[in-house]
Amino acid sequence: MQVQQVKERSKAFVNLFRQHKGMNMELKTFKGGLHPPDNKRWSEKKAIEVCPVAEGDELVIHLSQHIGAPAEACVQKGDKVLKGQVIGTPKGFVSVPIHASTSGEVIAVEPRLDTAGNKTMAVVIKADGKDEWDPNLSGADPDKLMPQELKDRILAAGIVGMGGATFPTHVKLSPPEGKKIDYLILNGVECEPYLTADDRLMQEKPEEVVEGILILKRILGVEKAVIGIEANKPTAIETMQKACEGKGIEVCPLQLKYPQGAEKQLIYAVTGREVPSGGLPMDCGCVVQNVGTAAAVNAAVRRGIPLIERIATVSGSAVAEPKNLLIKIGQPISKLVEFCGGVKGELGKIIQGGPMMGMAAVSMDVPVTRGTSGILLFSEGEVIRAPEGPCVRCGNCVRACPAFIMPTEIAFQMRRGKVDEAEKLNVMDCIECGSCTYICPAQIPLLQFFRQAKSAIRANIAKRKKV
Amino acid sequence: MIAAVISLGGIGFLAAVILGFAAKKFAVEVDPREAEIAGNLPGANCGACGYAGCGGYAKAVVAGNAPPNLCTPGGAGAVAMIARVMGVEATAAEPTVAVICCQGDNTRAQDKYKYVGVHDCRTAQALAGGPKACPSGCLGLGTCVAACAFGALSISPEGLAVVDREKCVGCKKCTTVCPRNVIKMAPKSATVQVLCNSHDKGAVIKSYCQVGCIGCQICKKTAEDVYAVDNFLASVKNESYDQEKAVAGMLKCPAKCIHDLAAADTPQEEKTEEKAQ
Amino acid sequence: MWEVIGALCPCCLLWILSFGVQASCLTILFCVLGCVLAEAGWELIRKQPITVRDGSAVMTGILLALNVPPNAAWWMALLGGFVAIIIGKQVFGGLGCNPFNPALVGRTVLLISFPVQMTTWVMPRTHEITSATPLSAVKMAVGLHGNITPEVQAQLSGVFYGGLGGQLGVLSALALIAGGCWLIYRKIITWHIPASFIGSAFVLSSIFWLVDSSKYPSPLFHMVTGGLMLGAFFMATDWVTSPLTPKGMVVFGIGCGVLTVLIRLFGGYPEGVAFSILLMNSATPIIDRLTMPRKFGAMPKKFGLVTKKG
Repeated sequence: MQVQQVKERSKAFVNLFRQHKGMNMELKTFKGGLHPPDNKRWSEKKAIEVCPVAEGDELVIHLSQHIGAPAEACVQKGDKVLKGQVIGTPKGFVSVPIHASTSGEVIAVEPRLDTAGNKTMAVVIKADGKDEWDPNLSGADPDKLMPQELKDRILAAGIVGMGGATFPTHVKLSPPEGKKIDYLILNGVECEPYLTADDRLMQEKPEEVVEGILILKRILGVEKAVIGIEANKPTAIETMQKACEGKGIEVCPLQLKYPQGAEKQLIYAVTGREVPSGGLPMDCGCVVQNVGTAAAVNAAVRRGIPLIERIATVSGSAVAEPKNLLIKIGQPISKLVEFCGGVKGELGKIIQGGPMMGMAAVSMDVPVTRGTSGILLFSEGEVIRAPEGPCVRCGNCVRACPAFIMPTEIAFQMRRGKVDEAEKLNVMDCIECGSCTYICPAQIPLLQFFRQAKSAIRANIAKRKKV
Repeated sequence: MIAAVISLGGIGFLAAVILGFAAKKFAVEVDPREAEIAGNLPGANCGACGYAGCGGYAKAVVAGNAPPNLCTPGGAGAVAMIARVMGVEATAAEPTVAVICCQGDNTRAQDKYKYVGVHDCRTAQALAGGPKACPSGCLGLGTCVAACAFGALSISPEGLAVVDREKCVGCKKCTTVCPRNVIKMAPKSATVQVLCNSHDKGAVIKSYCQVGCIGCQICKKTAEDVYAVDNFLASVKNESYDQEKAVAGMLKCPAKCIHDLAAADTPQEEKTEEKAQ
Repeated sequence: MWEVIGALCPCCLLWILSFGVQASCLTILFCVLGCVLAEAGWELIRKQPITVRDGSAVMTGILLALNVPPNAAWWMALLGGFVAIIIGKQVFGGLGCNPFNPALVGRTVLLISFPVQMTTWVMPRTHEITSATPLSAVKMAVGLHGNITPEVQAQLSGVFYGGLGGQLGVLSALALIAGGCWLIYRKIITWHIPASFIGSAFVLSSIFWLVDSSKYPSPLFHMVTGGLMLGAFFMATDWVTSPLTPKGMVVFGIGCGVLTVLIRLFGGYPEGVAFSILLMNSATPIIDRLTMPRKFGAMPKKFGLVTKKG
């Protein structure tokens, strides 16, 4: 009871303070973070267009497009495949199958350049232009299926988190015994600058999203479902509110701030709960899914369609016509850029995903995967290649960090190779949002230090476990 | 005044007596040979011997657990000193130096991408396998330079690691930190070495490096005893090294990836000219 | 860095106008020159890249100049600059590595080496009569007579219009507050240190003044004299030497404010800002460690859900 009273009083005080500061009282948020320019205007008004697959196009579909064990190829060179056919079977529980994005012939099963710039196993399909569906695919009425059957269909369709993390959805929807889930939170925040894929999905296909949410609700058996949408998407908020009327789903507009879309920060903003350090959202009774994932779940259950296509934003100052595209998994970046009018001016950098957390592509031949939410092309003049300056301890990174760790101190230890000290400074709690690196006036590559630290610490932990 | 001198002097004397007594009473039995050996070792605590610092090695030697010729920085002098102190016969091990098996600097080898980030080879390697197109070449970001306790490594203006053969003591620290295992140890006398680390086939190598080993095996055919070729990469067999034969193989190399490191400044073309004249 | 120098300009202007263009300009010039030459010289000798362009040496020079009397000898200004940069910054590793505020290091070394020259000031706008600063006048009076004599009281009223000799009067205090507020608006510094520094100094000096106003000067007097405003907005807020976390900054500011008042009232020196900031600089690493923020999702003390950041 006391905790409740304290919560109410502090909430009232905070609202008073916010009112005084002119902040919108209704918009919830989290502590820390920053406000990069959102640059959504380039593509937010562009309706989704289909990026076609022509006859003879090569689709490179990697066997590992998700967190967990890579799939095992079940086709070989020379096999003819149909659209939606399984070409890779899952290995273990935390794994999903891989499907052909179009009909054609398998011309190779070999290592090819992936998102990270490394060569990993992929199935290369040459499209025959017929786009023939696999006749074995079939949909069902979700209301007639048990939760486990629904999850089996989700696994069979290879659904993974479409926000970019690509965690197998069927695993997320299977919390272990004892973890009570009371909140299903949908991530419609899309806090990364430039990206408008989820925005357009919610505007153009709200019923897909809502139906998908209802399926997820049934699987988890939760009462409360909340969609978090950032305030810079007023049309999407309105459309979703209309679509959710009477369905038991609430739309929660959130204050515009990066990284509002990060799982932990989203849960905090919507529910006021903090995910315990080292734990998962299910530890505080929440499951978070991207709105794109919900739509994919709906397609998988009702129509039997596996995850072979997704919406991605192609934007940036170095592309002629920024667009939101419905892309097929395995299409090379060059195809998408070509469809958007080609490169404009001098190309400096290509980023897969958003500019804050995305990965720079080493080549235009790299294919898009299930987790590619955007392809951004930046001109040479926009890319900052300034040399690293000395840390002047301005504290900007400490104030911006949404995980409340001290980036400058961790970088200080990592420069000296002191991984144990970095562990003590809670580097494992870093959510890798990149806020600190963005705000650092000395251009210190802070996030790179943390990734280095994390992989070293994970190796140490593995070593300790063995001993 | 006198009182101050006497009182302070008295306190000092008393302190000296107490300390002397304590030193004698609580003395730890230490083999004096340990102190002598540890004192005469280089004192860099580099760990090349495999023990924890020079003190650790001295202890092991006196205990009879370690041979007297493990200290490579100390060289022949250290071996002789240990032999004298321990009263044994000992021969110094052949001094070894580090060799950077790569010539692909930024004028001769291509980059996959422009790297901007932490100035460390291991960190760069984690990003899409490193900025160099060659998967096995030297990245030139200086991790080995930072690891060398003897200042024997530096990065050339063209972005390649360079070993100062006079300063290198063969402690092998650089070999442990290089993420591409480009640094190999070789006896100091074996001055001719193959300066390439890539096992890629000739056609592939030519696409990203002007001076990579294409695995043509000409060096092996010229001097069978000295050169070995394993999976398209040649290397010098240090156990059966012969200077004349090695130079003969070096001169025949079409890819110009074998060099005489003792004459490091002289490019191979000039050497060929000299020989012709 | 250059923006901070810009924010100091109103005060510098007032300084130059009050104390005469020639004397003060030369002081500023020689302090800046000393700092810049020291940094460039050191980096040349050590074969490091020259970093004078980042403006930190120039800023140290200007801050140092505002801390020494405008009638100081040119060689003293130069020496101060050298000491500030070489001993205050470069020996520790250059920008970002110094534990103490370089300008204050320079000023303190000058104060201890040349106490007479550093504590006699010209009257503004007359340049002829040298007199003690208001703070030292008060200290002497209290020391000799046990209270602030009416003569000194009369002199003090002149302080409020920048009249009496000393570092700065009210006008310059206002100029500094304006510059400081600009820096806060531009998010170069945060409000925590200036607010807690000035606030705690005000509170503590008020307590003493209320207890015995004949012996202890009023809090307003403390606010405008001795470079408190300069210290609170420009010296204590130096990024490199102050804590990183908001909580730590408040602790730092309170420490500075309290020490300033205590040194002024009970210490051997009439001026406390420089010493208090230097003392708190030495405490910055431990303040940082003790005020580390609780990480997101740290386990709650009792069973239940963790709510807003503590």
